[in-house]
Amino acid sequence: MKTFVGIDLGSTTTKAVMMDEDERILGRGITNSRSNYETACSVATEEAKIDARFTLFRREFGAAGALDDQVEEFLGALERSFRLEQFLEQLGDLEETCVKLVRGERFEKIGDGVKAALAEVFSRLRSEAPAMYAPDADRKSDFFRDIAGSRYLAVAEEVGREAGVSYDVLLNVYDKSIIAVENRPPSGKLNEKFKAAMQRVSQENTGAATILGEKAEHALGIELEETYLVGTGYGRVTLPFSKEHIRSEILCHGLGAHMMYPKTRTVLDIGGQDTKGIQVNPDGIVENFQMNDRCAAGTGRYLGYIADEMNMGLHELGPMALKSKKPARINSTCTVFAGAELRDRLALGEAREDILAGLHRAIILRSMSILSRSGGVADEFTFTGGVAKNEAAVRELKKLVFENYGEVKINIGAESIYTGALGASEFARRAAHGRIEGVEA
Amino acid sequence: MRPSVVTAKAEDVLKDASMIKQKEMMAKHYERLSSAPETGAKVASTFVPGNLNELIMCFDLVNNLPEVNAIQSGLRKQSGSYIMEAERAGHSEDVCTYVKSDIGMMMKGNIGPNGKKLPDPDVLLLSYTGCFTFLKWFELLREQYKCPTIFLQTPYMADGKVTPNMVQYMVKQFKETVIPTLEEVSGVKFDIDRLREYLKKSAQAEDDLVYILETGKNKPSPIDAYFGGIYYIGPIFGAFRGTDDAIDYYKFLREEVDQRLLKGLGPVTPDGPMAEEKYRLVVEGPPNYTSFRQFWKMFYEEGATVVASSYTKVGGTYDYGFRHDPDRPLESLAEYCLGVYTNRSLPMRIDMLSDYINEYEADGLLINSIKSCNSFSAGQLLIMREVEKRTGKPAAFIETDLVDPRYFSAANVKNRLESYFQMVEQKRSGKGAAA
Repeated sequence: MKTFVGIDLGSTTTKAVMMDEDERILGRGITNSRSNYETACSVATEEAKIDARFTLFRREFGAAGALDDQVEEFLGALERSFRLEQFLEQLGDLEETCVKLVRGERFEKIGDGVKAALAEVFSRLRSEAPAMYAPDADRKSDFFRDIAGSRYLAVAEEVGREAGVSYDVLLNVYDKSIIAVENRPPSGKLNEKFKAAMQRVSQENTGAATILGEKAEHALGIELEETYLVGTGYGRVTLPFSKEHIRSEILCHGLGAHMMYPKTRTVLDIGGQDTKGIQVNPDGIVENFQMNDRCAAGTGRYLGYIADEMNMGLHELGPMALKSKKPARINSTCTVFAGAELRDRLALGEAREDILAGLHRAIILRSMSILSRSGGVADEFTFTGGVAKNEAAVRELKKLVFENYGEVKINIGAESIYTGALGASEFARRAAHGRIEGVEA
Repeated sequence: MRPSVVTAKAEDVLKDASMIKQKEMMAKHYERLSSAPETGAKVASTFVPGNLNELIMCFDLVNNLPEVNAIQSGLRKQSGSYIMEAERAGHSEDVCTYVKSDIGMMMKGNIGPNGKKLPDPDVLLLSYTGCFTFLKWFELLREQYKCPTIFLQTPYMADGKVTPNMVQYMVKQFKETVIPTLEEVSGVKFDIDRLREYLKKSAQAEDDLVYILETGKNKPSPIDAYFGGIYYIGPIFGAFRGTDDAIDYYKFLREEVDQRLLKGLGPVTPDGPMAEEKYRLVVEGPPNYTSFRQFWKMFYEEGATVVASSYTKVGGTYDYGFRHDPDRPLESLAEYCLGVYTNRSLPMRIDMLSDYINEYEADGLLINSIKSCNSFSAGQLLIMREVEKRTGKPAAFIETDLVDPRYFSAANVKNRLESYFQMVEQKRSGKGAAA
């Protein structure tokens, strides 16, 4: 079948959306952008393809009618199993890369010990992997680097101690390998991995699994033909795409938001590096936009600095800020000053949650200024980008929008991080249909 | 595939013959200026908007323009270090970067674009035309050079018209302050017939300049009225208005533009002739000089030609009919100062930009908002909204600076420009494309 892919190469994450000819989303994929956009691009696309397979499975199962509970159970098991396959494959790659590094003068005396320790570490990681992908397991991240990294460090410490191998050496070998592994797009054929995963599922389950497995096999046979691809986001220029395959993220976000919420008139996108206020007409065409200048004040980056400064995870900031009862008044949205202002207030004895609440408000105030320059906030208003996941930011935004513009419907979707990629995929679909002037399919 | 990135070396940059001629003229002027101590010529420092070049020439004074010096420093990548120098001396980061570039250059020995020291001015002729920073700038220079300062007050065109009172007020200043002081400084007696002669020459060059700028109405436009326009306005807004050199230059330029017009060609860019004209823009605000080539490239690579700009009117709005008039010498100098773009009120600027969009059949308005220029930037949002409303054409903002390299974020500017071009394209192809 014909598919159309949109890729949003953001500064922090790379997102891909795959669409079919009927403007229906087949799949979405996301990965961290790293320093290598090309890999990020292929990983995100592959993730979207994987997701697309699941959509096709559902479509296939839908035709079968009934079996609803079993379908969900089967798909859940299949996904976990597939992810496990993927994880094991990358783990194998990581092991191989680590072992290759154990050579040369430095390892002359300790090489064998290190290799043995590595073998033990990876053997333990492999054996605990299925539990990580068990039905009720809670994974903090979907990125290989995060999952494998935290476990490697823990296990290596233990193994090193037992085997009398320096932890630092094991850490060093890992550090050098993970970047290489991460920057290598996953090898192997997707369908093969699906087949292996299905086999595992059918071994573990009985009943409907066999029938569903057959149907899934059929769905796997549908070829996903990449008809047209459009890239957007800051990394777009580094890709070997021709001009016709590149669209500005402002237009992509505008169109994407329109597709998700057709009544959208105003879009706010707070991304890693920039903040954009966009006005769209009833057809999703961008009428006006404003964005922050070269200064990163009020962007996601600001929160990143704060998190680093407080030695906290980015995702922990919002929940802590929500605890505040008396937000601090913070005037500076300057990323450079953020750390100084934070330390100053901490020194004065102000509570961390109050300071954080104030910082969130400061970011949103800056967005409000960009929004008003773009033409204000109209009904309906869609908030996209990574910061839309931060509840404290959302709370401030809702408050300020109400104060300044009254009752306005605010859309924040679970999939809003894919808005730009969605718009891009629609541009791809239209370009393929020759519906954009000057763009040949 | 994506077009490969072409990084032209200085010698690879394509220039029109007129650009080369213009460069030679500027070089000649700087030679005259830097050799003033040897030739004994006296120097008047003054500003570009509403300058009194013809009058200055009547006293055999050489015209020195600190703004142009700052621009030259920007183009030669010197302004960054000058600005830092001024900031080290305590000037704030937010002050006009022309001022800091000039002050920094002065602090570092006042070396001009020709590598030679620029002379100290004998007189500062401050013509105020809409920018209050000028006053403070010359206060700083006066402190340094301890020379006479003449303040020519130009009434602001708040009501959008020049009244006889305004003209009289200015003529009075010419007679009572400007001319007597210049006589005193130069030791040359004022001769009104000499002024008339210069004004006659100015008008002749002005006719050709207007002709050239208005060729932007053609499709494709044979000129770029912003990036190319910078070259075109150099002689007339600088030290050449009223000279035979200016007449020759504009005649030459006119022939060159006519040639392109005849052949149906677009403007010449540093990378060669402009390919297809895909977007016709009207641009408001000064350009960025420190990344001038890179900035221009972002336009021509996308097929965008600026068909009209307000910046090329900072030294006179000739296309609205004004000509220097030998029959009313002092009155016409007054009217010239009053009419320049920076002295025009917001409603007048809105009218002008809307007219340009309509008359030049442009696709929309692009505002380059200058971080350190409050004079130009204040009110630009209002201008944008109103022009959009009146013309129905899309407008957008980009933000850069005059000569501070720190304020040019290429990725940010490119992002906005591309978005703008695509927005224009989307709007043009109509609703069908986005259904």
